[in-house]
This record gives sequence, structure tokens and C-alpha cells, in this order.
Amino acid sequence: MTVKYTEDHEWVSVEGDTAIVGITSYAAEQLGDVVFVELPEEGRNSNKGDELAVVESVKAASDVYAPVSGIVKEANSELEGAPETVNQDPEGKGWFVKMLITDPTQLDAMMDADAYKAFCADL
Amino acid sequence: MSDHPPLAQTPLHDVHVRLGAKMVGFAGYDMPIQFEGVMAEHKWTREHCGLFDVSHMGPCLLTLPGGPRADADAHFEIAKLIETLVPGDIQGLEPGQARLTVLLNEEGGILDDLIITRPYEGDQQGRLYIVVNGATKEDDWALMKEKLGDLADLERLDNRILVALQGPDAEAVVTERFPEAAYLGFMESRRMVCKGLTCIVSRCGYTGEDGFEILVPASGAGYVVELLDDERVKPIGLGARDSLRLEAGLCLYGHDLDPQKTPVEASLTWLISKSRREAADFPGATKILDQIANGAPIRRVGIQPMDRAPAREGTEIYAGDQKIGEITSGGFGPTVQGPVAMGYVDREFAKTGTELTLMVRGKPRAAKVAKLPFVPHNYKR
Repeated sequence: MTVKYTEDHEWVSVEGDTAIVGITSYAAEQLGDVVFVELPEEGRNSNKGDELAVVESVKAASDVYAPVSGIVKEANSELEGAPETVNQDPEGKGWFVKMLITDPTQLDAMMDADAYKAFCADL
Repeated sequence: MSDHPPLAQTPLHDVHVRLGAKMVGFAGYDMPIQFEGVMAEHKWTREHCGLFDVSHMGPCLLTLPGGPRADADAHFEIAKLIETLVPGDIQGLEPGQARLTVLLNEEGGILDDLIITRPYEGDQQGRLYIVVNGATKEDDWALMKEKLGDLADLERLDNRILVALQGPDAEAVVTERFPEAAYLGFMESRRMVCKGLTCIVSRCGYTGEDGFEILVPASGAGYVVELLDDERVKPIGLGARDSLRLEAGLCLYGHDLDPQKTPVEASLTWLISKSRREAADFPGATKILDQIANGAPIRRVGIQPMDRAPAREGTEIYAGDQKIGEITSGGFGPTVQGPVAMGYVDREFAKTGTELTLMVRGKPRAAKVAKLPFVPHNYKR
């Protein structure tokens, strides 16, 4: 299992041809209290950069973009009743979707944990 | 790429930064949007006492050219002048009484909402203490100067500190420092001195809670820091200010109110005082009085989404296939623990309980017209 990160503060945990996608602790902290997450329906085919989900804090709605191209296999239905999970455990139980990756080469350009940490330190 | 002038700072700017606030540009000022977090700040204000820096707003004094006087006629003279711009009964204010009103254009559209106070002090008659919105203050003051000319002197006080203390503990916090504040009921105001600082203390606010707004000299930042040392008081940012006022059903100018909306459309008909309706002597009176008699084509209403998705400003409102309005303020209400919104709908859909559909990012979501406020007001009557 490898975990990669995007400049949009998403994490992608890859195992075989499946990616679990969520937002990073940094993103969750910046958003503040999450009160609603709109997730895609299963089977949706998303290109890298497409709007994948919307996360709403008290203040505002923010788009979450597909970090890689793929097909949505499962959305985290736990977030419907407990959106605060995104703040409590953003890189664990607060995952958004599981995707079937259609272009694994896209992962190569993404940051590893150390690179992402350095990226955030510069912000 | 920005043509905007640099952001101004309130006298409390350094205090916010020292407290670790997240800062944003608002009404031309660098302001705190949050300190520890919108949800926690919102709840603290409803349960204890929140301190808000609202020094970006536009406090001012409007005074007869000879200065304030000690005779009652002086009040009527200055009140008649401002009544040419607003539909509220200003002549009828008692000493120390404050009133919410609106500046109107000739079509009856709302240019701003503002609070006008008649000074309590007998030697300060012929003067009005007026607080307008921060984003509109330059236009408002230009309008007052244009319309009133040499008949009144306008002194802007927006270089001072204006703070709001709001919540159930505000009364104890404020009266320990300003004992006379105990005499104030909702929408009453007096000049008071604390630690050598002459302040204007008014019992009003923008949260639905009991509380005070205090105009403090610019040199009083240290005094405000002392207030924050009180364990009942926490600093609150603009984020929670917005969620608190939305739950309280209070309008935000530029969003829920604008020059295209009349007070009747905005469900603020109560602002048109009886004496002014009879005199029909305020800007846009013909249109506004017609709407009072025959109804306005659209109305501002509370809107309760039926699921968890917040509906933000700009969300389209439908009844069946027909678009009947738009959300003007919407978000999540931490006290309600769910989404809350306000918006304008065609008059036939304005009745409480009417079922609506909100188009949130292309998805239809059920909602209904709700009675305002979403959280009961706790004003000290």
C-alpha cells in the first residue's frame, strides 16, 4: 500500500487497482468544522481534476477534485450521518471514496508523505 | 492585479493577530473570520459571552449646526432632517432610545440598514448617534451630506473601537464595568465612563442574544484586552457572527437587502412607523404604501432545508417546475444543528410550511418555508 498526496490536499491510498481518496489533516484543519459532505454515486466515471465531492463547513462549500481518473466503487456513507468524522480522522475513517484506477501512471507525478509535508511547510 | 486599496486595520487589529485569528478582507478591513473555530465560537456566544470587533462599521454623529442643545425642540429639528431619508419615526424616539431603520432610495429600495439613537443626556439634544454598515458607510455618509447639506454636521467616529458583547453572560460582564448599563432595556443607550474612557453603551446586537454594543475611544484597546481576560468572554470572528445572525433571522446588507428590495419585500414592514405611513413623506412612499396595502410581489422568508445539505446564497428555489426565488443567505446553524437559510420567494409561496425545492449543485432537495427566527431571541425587554 502506498499513500500519495496532491497539491489540492487530497490523499490517495493505493492497493492494487483500487485507490481510497480523502482530504488531508491540513485540509480538514483549514476547512474547520465539516457539516456536510456530498459524495458521488457509485459507478461514476471521473477524469483526473473533475469535481468528485463537495465538503461543506459552517462557512462555505469547497470542491474536492478527483486526484486520479477512475470509477467510483464505493462512497463512505458513514459521512452522511457523521460529517464531523472528516475533522476527527481525516486520513482514516474520514475517507471519501474508493475508486478503481484507470490510469495508474497519474500516481507517479504525485507527492509522497515527505514531499507533501515539505509542501505544506512552505504554505 | 488588484486595484483594491490596502486593507484598513481596526484599533484592535494587533489584538486579533496576537490571539491567532485567521484574518480576511471584509468591508475594506483586515478582519478576524475565526479564532478557535466557527462552531465553538457560535456556541460560546449562545451560552456565555462573545466579544466581536465591529470597528469596521460606521458610527457617526449627526448634529444641528450650532451643536447639541438642552431643549427638546432640538431633537425634533434633527429628527425631521434624517426622516427625509428613512421611514422610521425618529421624532418619536425617547431620550436614550435606539431604532433600527433603513436608508431608502426614491424607488423605496434599501440603501442600507442602520440604527439611529437619540442621546439620553439632556444637554446632547439636536444630535443623533447613527451606526451604518461598514461596506456602505462611505456611500451613506455621502448621501447624508448631499441631502442635508449645511443643515446638519456629520462627524464620523469610525476611527474608534466598536465592540459587541453578546450572550447570556453579557449583562454581568458589562454591568460590572458600567453599572448604569443595568438600567438599559433592549434598544436603549447611554453615554458612560469607565476607567476614564467616555463610551456609548447600547443594549442591542446582531446575534439574537441579549447584549451590548460599546463605542470606545481609539486609545481603549488595552481596556478591550482586559475584557478578554474575563473567563466568561471569548473573542468571536465574522464566521460565527454570520451564523448567529442567520439563526436569529437578521438581514445582512448586500445579501438579504439591496437597492432593488423594498422594506415590505424584505418582510421589514414593521420598520415603517405608523406616523410615517400617515404622513407618506419618506423616499419611495408611493410604492411602499401600495405594497403595504396590496402586498409585495416577493417576500423574504426563512427556509428550512429538509436534509443535511446547506443551501448557500444564490441557490435557486422552485415550486414544482417553476422557479420562484433565490436563497440570499444560507449555511449551517450550529445551535439548530442543521442547515438554515433565508431567501426571497414569489408572494403566493411565502406562507410558513409551503413545500419548496432547492436546486443545490444541480440536485433537487426538499425544503419548506420556515418561521423566523430559527432560534428564539433572548432580548432584555
